[in-house]
Amino acid sequence: MSSPVQTFTPQQFHRQAHEALENPQIRANFRKAMDGLIGKRREAFDDWELETLRELGANIRLRALSRLPDLLERLEANCEANGIRVHWAEDGDDACRLITRICERHQARSVIKGKSMVTEEMHLNEHLGRAGIEALESDLGEYLVQLNEQTPSHIIMPAIHLNTDEISTILHERTGTEQTRDVDAMTAAARAQLRERFMAADVGISGVNFAVAETGTLCLVENEGNGRMTTTAPPVHIAVTGIEKVVEHLADVPALYALLTRSATGQHVTTYFNMITSPRKAGEHDGPQEVHLVLVDNGRSRIYQDDELLDTLRCIRCGACMNHCPVYTRVGGHTYGTTYPGPIGSILMPHLMGLEATKDLPSASSLCGACGEVCPVKIPIPDLLVRLRREAVGEGKGNVPGAGAKRSRKELAAWKGWQWLATHPGAWRGAAGVAGKFRAMAPSHLGPWTEYRTAPRPAKTSLHALIKRRRQEGDS
Amino acid sequence: MSSIKLYPARPEKVYFFGTCLIDMFFPEAGLDGIRLLEREGIEVLYPDDQTCCGQPAYTSGYHDEARSVAEAQLDLFPEPWPIIVPSGSCGGMMRTHYGQLFAGTAREDQARQVASRVFELTEFLVHVCHLKLSDQGEPQKLAMHTSCSARREMGLAETGPALLAQLGQVELVEQARASECCGFGGTFAVRHPEVSAAMVEDKARAIEEAGADHFVTSDCGCLMNIGGRLEHQKRELKGEHIASYLWRRTS
Repeated sequence: MSSPVQTFTPQQFHRQAHEALENPQIRANFRKAMDGLIGKRREAFDDWELETLRELGANIRLRALSRLPDLLERLEANCEANGIRVHWAEDGDDACRLITRICERHQARSVIKGKSMVTEEMHLNEHLGRAGIEALESDLGEYLVQLNEQTPSHIIMPAIHLNTDEISTILHERTGTEQTRDVDAMTAAARAQLRERFMAADVGISGVNFAVAETGTLCLVENEGNGRMTTTAPPVHIAVTGIEKVVEHLADVPALYALLTRSATGQHVTTYFNMITSPRKAGEHDGPQEVHLVLVDNGRSRIYQDDELLDTLRCIRCGACMNHCPVYTRVGGHTYGTTYPGPIGSILMPHLMGLEATKDLPSASSLCGACGEVCPVKIPIPDLLVRLRREAVGEGKGNVPGAGAKRSRKELAAWKGWQWLATHPGAWRGAAGVAGKFRAMAPSHLGPWTEYRTAPRPAKTSLHALIKRRRQEGDS
Repeated sequence: MSSIKLYPARPEKVYFFGTCLIDMFFPEAGLDGIRLLEREGIEVLYPDDQTCCGQPAYTSGYHDEARSVAEAQLDLFPEPWPIIVPSGSCGGMMRTHYGQLFAGTAREDQARQVASRVFELTEFLVHVCHLKLSDQGEPQKLAMHTSCSARREMGLAETGPALLAQLGQVELVEQARASECCGFGGTFAVRHPEVSAAMVEDKARAIEEAGADHFVTSDCGCLMNIGGRLEHQKRELKGEHIASYLWRRTS
């Protein structure tokens, strides 16, 4: 039985987390998948000078970001010179309208899509659907998620929340594929179904992994060949990307590509690496007649204004942070209720949706640092989570929409009380003494803590008092 | 994390910053840390006015409150002696975050100066004291949970195990997914109790399944969390701070 259609929102993080934690299937699917990905990444980097490569990757991204306005203009000029038409979109709706207009100009009824998270971000499929244009996902994971009327639960592996049996059922119920546990047979069936649609599609829409400013080249990393089909079979190709994906030189790509595939799936190279530099030229036998590039801002230039938050834009969307996140591993991607889940989602989505809607995301981390440790471009994710917590409680710079959304008088009063005590050493020692004296009366129920653990009991004698006694007694 | 830390020669004296959790809940761990240092011939200075490093407020986003509390600690270490902290979490806070917490304030230089003198206890015992241990205890299978702050923020995944490896009668067993967080995370355990509980449940089980008779941590937050979970499940397995374990087995 396929799962019923569910809607997830970041406002419901706690409820969704509760439901995911209670669901043994979700728990097992994610744990198994994440353990596998962690292992593959470790093996892939085994003989690499990982730290040197990460440093290189971080610097390439930092350099690109430091010249972002200039690089975007160069990208536009070089793409246009190559025959790629460049469009700018201020937000998701703007981008959707632009893309719909291009489709309508070609009387498109059917769109085939390669994997693209930025189009998920703007809910492009629904938008196209309202204009009477059917958009079909061609990445296998995306295809399954679309068939199941869900959203991706991982940015690299959209259907990672589903296991073989669930996938078999979805394919059976939605496409009439014979029920089987044979993964190859299922893949072959999906491939045959998609193949027809590639040939019939009026427009192909893809994402972009790296947009190279100096050459006007769009790089697309993929494993299934669906990206190449999407960008070559239909007469029109529309590439959609966030403005931060630009890099300066073609020579910047190999290092980022090496980091991306190893960090994401542990692959040394992907099966396909596409470099798109122009539409079909005179005398060429294939390729689209038109190529468009839609550069989407959608909150990014606001992030760009803040020296610290800017680091969020380094991301190359490998998903390693979620693979290694102990929270994501347990609650899964849908729990976050956002396009990008896990650590990167928790530092990115507040900018896209505002802190009012996403205020529980930055706190949904133990700050264990696993995300920052594996990030191929060294985004200081834990520091950015703390920064967003600051913004949420209204003690930041106010550079995030909805700053102060989590401000609570009660909580502030509690911290002010703590501050007073911790800045009055005499009172602090007194409090420790009182706590020790009345330790038998210490609460044995401390809210949710004691549903799973015993309550910590204050020591009879504090360290302060033990040391004082020791000094008096001259004990060793 | 990736920068190379230069260690000083063994000093005559050190400051000891006991941390608020140890002060209130695990004072013996603090005392045992002091004993280990004193046994090395180092005089340990314990400033009486110390309270808390400020981390709970810092990670919760209350940086004004955290700064005020951290500021109250800065004057406690006037001499150039190293500051020893028996916790990777508080040590990490002081060493890696004090500089930026005070950035642009009149106290910035002092904060950076204090931060540069902070060492986690096991780090100091290994890299500065070159501690040699002689095990007096019974044979035991031991698991160690290195806190995430010690492991990642301070880059000290090896120092605890290096000390334990010197105990001849102790077999160090490694739990599955040893580097994964136990789910404490300070206020995280309060704000997201169910997720935190799922994490500590797995951690406690992994330590048990590794066949450990006992476990140690370098952070009392993790100890309170993992130990509290095992006690809640009425398990035999108990844990303690690594300083207490080292002192008990070698004294």
